[in-house]
Amino acid sequence: MLKNYLKIALKVLLRRKFFTFISLFGISFTLVVLMVASALFDHAFGPLSPELKTDRMLGIYTVRMEMPEKGMARTAAAPYWFLDRYVRTLATPEKVSIFSSQKTVSAFKNGVKHILFFKRTDGQFWEILDFDFLEGGPFTAQDEKEANMVAVINEATRQKFFDGGSAAGKTIEVDGQSFRVAGVVPNVPIFRITSYADVWVPLSTAKSNAYLRDQTGNFWALMLAKRRDDVPKIKEELQGVISNVEFPNPNEFNTLIAAAETLFESVARGFFSQDRTAGNYSAHLLALLLTLAVLFMLLPTLNLININVSRIMERASEIGVRKAFGASSWTLVGQFVVENLILTLVGGVIAFFGAMLILNMLTNSGLIQYAEFHINYRIFLYGLAVALFFGLFSGVYPAWKMSRLHPVEALRGKSL
Amino acid sequence: MIHLENIDKVYRTDKIETVALSNITLDVKEGEFISVMGPSGCGKSTLLNIIGLLDAPTKGGVQLNGTKVTAYRDKQLAKMRNEQLGFIFQTFHLISDLSVVDNVEIPLLYRPALRGAERRKLALHALDRVGLTSRAYHFPSQLSGGQQQRVAIARAIVGKPKILLADEPTGNLDSQMGDEIMSILMDLNKNEKTTVVMVTHDPRLAEKTERTVRLFDGRQVN
Repeated sequence: MLKNYLKIALKVLLRRKFFTFISLFGISFTLVVLMVASALFDHAFGPLSPELKTDRMLGIYTVRMEMPEKGMARTAAAPYWFLDRYVRTLATPEKVSIFSSQKTVSAFKNGVKHILFFKRTDGQFWEILDFDFLEGGPFTAQDEKEANMVAVINEATRQKFFDGGSAAGKTIEVDGQSFRVAGVVPNVPIFRITSYADVWVPLSTAKSNAYLRDQTGNFWALMLAKRRDDVPKIKEELQGVISNVEFPNPNEFNTLIAAAETLFESVARGFFSQDRTAGNYSAHLLALLLTLAVLFMLLPTLNLININVSRIMERASEIGVRKAFGASSWTLVGQFVVENLILTLVGGVIAFFGAMLILNMLTNSGLIQYAEFHINYRIFLYGLAVALFFGLFSGVYPAWKMSRLHPVEALRGKSL
Repeated sequence: MIHLENIDKVYRTDKIETVALSNITLDVKEGEFISVMGPSGCGKSTLLNIIGLLDAPTKGGVQLNGTKVTAYRDKQLAKMRNEQLGFIFQTFHLISDLSVVDNVEIPLLYRPALRGAERRKLALHALDRVGLTSRAYHFPSQLSGGQQQRVAIARAIVGKPKILLADEPTGNLDSQMGDEIMSILMDLNKNEKTTVVMVTHDPRLAEKTERTVRLFDGRQVN
């Protein structure tokens, strides 16, 4: 039966090539956009090396410090003292890392200035994240304790400064300081703000240790839960601790608001609210994105429904014959939905290759630094799910209409 | 085999009421070959559609093989049409996108117990019965009118129905082809004991049947 439906579906597609082209174009274009958007979303928020444990990782990316009495407030990255005293000492996380947000620094090679993205981290940073080392290894908590002038660099930096040859053990001068290269890692895409940089060095190698005492700072924290179930417990424990925070200078700020969140939660909160304690907005953002996706699909879906309904007129006789020879209404609904699914899956296959092409072009364009966009199995499954949803949603109504055709009217060539 | 009891069929729109059939009572025995005649618009095709369970009477009862079918639902009617009935239409109604053998297989698609190989075997056997095995993989557009009608007959008989309903099967054919079709139907009636109800305008063909039912303005006149 399925073979028969497939034959008919392909024949119907070839019958009116222009309408088929319009339908396929609409489906493919929509799916390409959605697949590319999904790939970008996955690239930014999904598990991707070195951030593989995203289901157990929470970060503190911004905090809000206030003096409500004076109407003063500052929302920025966290100060070191807060993360070291109150976050590193949390009981629930398996590991906690403190590191600076990335900044740009200058480095020179043969008189040529290069701008590099630079991060200072502790040793736990390398234990939480899953970097694959191309050479050497990370610096450790001991290196950080001893303020050893060591660095991890990425592949692009190795290429610029060591002509792509071995860099481990060699010296690199960055931001006016010399570091011995301890290890080389693959480039991390710029979307991955937690792990992204060109050069990583120990926190303690900072030119000044004023950061230890400064009321404000530019630091982030990364917490790794032992189990996924511990994630809400970490959030809760942090809120409990924050209420007892003592500022170095309470005359400037006396209230701190922060939350442990995934990057997506942080983005969602930034989108919907500046209040760092107002609950989780990730469901809101997800709902908004899904609504936009559905709305984007609506026009081609309605177009496809329209085309399918108009095709009923051509197939009235066939419907009448099938009913006369024993097809029930539900059987016909099944047939026409299958035919429509075949059309949308053909569109899905075209979209798959189209999305691969676009993502390849984006990767090679260098527009997004170190980005390597792929259609992984998640994107493929999202695309397949969307194509199937498309096929079902745009096929059910026309199929229902077709199935309700009176066989006598259908045989006379009258449709709706 | 077929029993119609006081059948009325009325078509109603907002403004007009059309009586297509009025008080029709008809019995067709198993193995009979009857023709239905009458002027255009007298209700012949409507009668055939009601016997064929393609349409429901406004009033009255329909029995096939002793089973009252008037209250049957869509699925039950579909099953009955598939197992008991075969249709032959004036304009053949072959699906142009399917090959001849795929067209003949259509009734068998709705018998879940049959596998593809078995369906193909039965379809080829039906085509052989009408002398068109050599055209099995051609398309309807590649056949003459008479050949297309023979394919339609093969499709109608492939499921071995007890009743064949033919609505002016020779209406679109010349007399020679019409005679060929008629002889196939008569052969099926004689050798397979298939009950045949045939609507026709042609008195020559009606004379070849056992009995003729005449309709006029929706009423039986004989």
